[in-house]
Amino acid sequence: MIKYVAGLLLGILLGACAAVTLLYFNPLAARNPLSPLSVSNNEILSLGYSAVPTDSIVYTNNGESRVEPHPEKVRELWEAPIRHSAVLVTVVNNSRNMPAGIGIKFSSDSERTRLLNGEALVDSAWHIHLVERGSLFVEQTENYWNFLRKIVVPAYWSSANHWKGVWTGNMTVGPGALGTAAVSGGTGEFAGLESEAVEALRASAYSVSQGPVAMEGRLAIDVTGNIELTASDAAER
Amino acid sequence: MLKTLIFGFLLGLVGTVAAAYYLPVVDQYRESSVISVAPNGGNTESFRINIPTDRIMVGAPRQAEPVPPGLHWPADELFDGVRVELFKVRNTRDAVIGVASRLVADSDGIEDSVEWVLHLPARGTFYVAMPAQAADGVNRVGTLRAGTREFRPMQGKVTERWVPNTFDDDADAPDGYIELVTSFVGAFADDVTESALQEGTS
Repeated sequence: MIKYVAGLLLGILLGACAAVTLLYFNPLAARNPLSPLSVSNNEILSLGYSAVPTDSIVYTNNGESRVEPHPEKVRELWEAPIRHSAVLVTVVNNSRNMPAGIGIKFSSDSERTRLLNGEALVDSAWHIHLVERGSLFVEQTENYWNFLRKIVVPAYWSSANHWKGVWTGNMTVGPGALGTAAVSGGTGEFAGLESEAVEALRASAYSVSQGPVAMEGRLAIDVTGNIELTASDAAER
Repeated sequence: MLKTLIFGFLLGLVGTVAAAYYLPVVDQYRESSVISVAPNGGNTESFRINIPTDRIMVGAPRQAEPVPPGLHWPADELFDGVRVELFKVRNTRDAVIGVASRLVADSDGIEDSVEWVLHLPARGTFYVAMPAQAADGVNRVGTLRAGTREFRPMQGKVTERWVPNTFDDDADAPDGYIELVTSFVGAFADDVTESALQEGTS
């Protein structure tokens, strides 16, 4: 009798391991499609930022994550309704890597996350102010599944608890049908703008103890037909 | 024995896949919304931010005591006219339900403005732009520019006002609170009404 129970338990364990392996190596979930904006002829506003919390002005979360809030004494989001959320305040740079404004990113783990489909979803919103130009609101759903598979898990597997390499991925998967974010203009030259955007990450180092060590984010925002390009933008092109 | 092992293997495989499909990975905690129906249609909701206890950050140039301590606001002159604040947001029952940013832009190139983004994880996010000057010296009224999830189909106004604490003398009591009152109505309400009327007459 005992050997049958042991066999059943061993079988369940092996089956569970096989299922987890199947989910992890699921080739259908490993897509990293080309951004529709990268093959567009539209005018694209490109904004970059450092995705390393210690490079930010403020980064805060529930205080229990591996990625620690910055600065050290910032209030943490420990209350139950906001404990799955994080806020990043950072300088955003233009395509020449010069400061252009301030970006505030709100992120919350999404209840639509389905690991079976290779979806580790985060609902996020950017509140961006470009000095002397105006403000934008960007709403998006991001999928961190590939980021977890390619960077976070290998960092845990590494004997040095560290990952190094080059990884680039589009994080935005919605709400637009083509996997784009929804952009709404607020003030200045962006007033009335209704457009699309895509956010991408480029990581080169990740530590299990600190989180991202070298990682940059870039927002590509379609501004065609809605705003006039400034002289500096025109010169860049 | 082999049959038991195979049965267990299949059970483990199917069980894990079923668990991955059905069990929620993320379960956002929800406070009940405190919403009232306005007499002329639409919903009214009030949000509060106790000052200084709910303030997470004040980003502005040349602060003697930055909030939080250790904050480094960019030294570039470009940011002299920008002030960014982050807050925790409460409902009228005094429960924290979200986070918010308030951005004040003072520049020569564009019209001065005050902007709010309220992020309520279990419900959605909305973005409001207001004029820099209060309409009657007390209330600043802005327009809903964009919303996500629950707030996506909405349009309406948001009123901001400062309410000083004149009652509680306790040393730990807040100085007062910022009150945000939303008055939203579904953007497609007219379409819905027309279709309902058509269905009623057909």
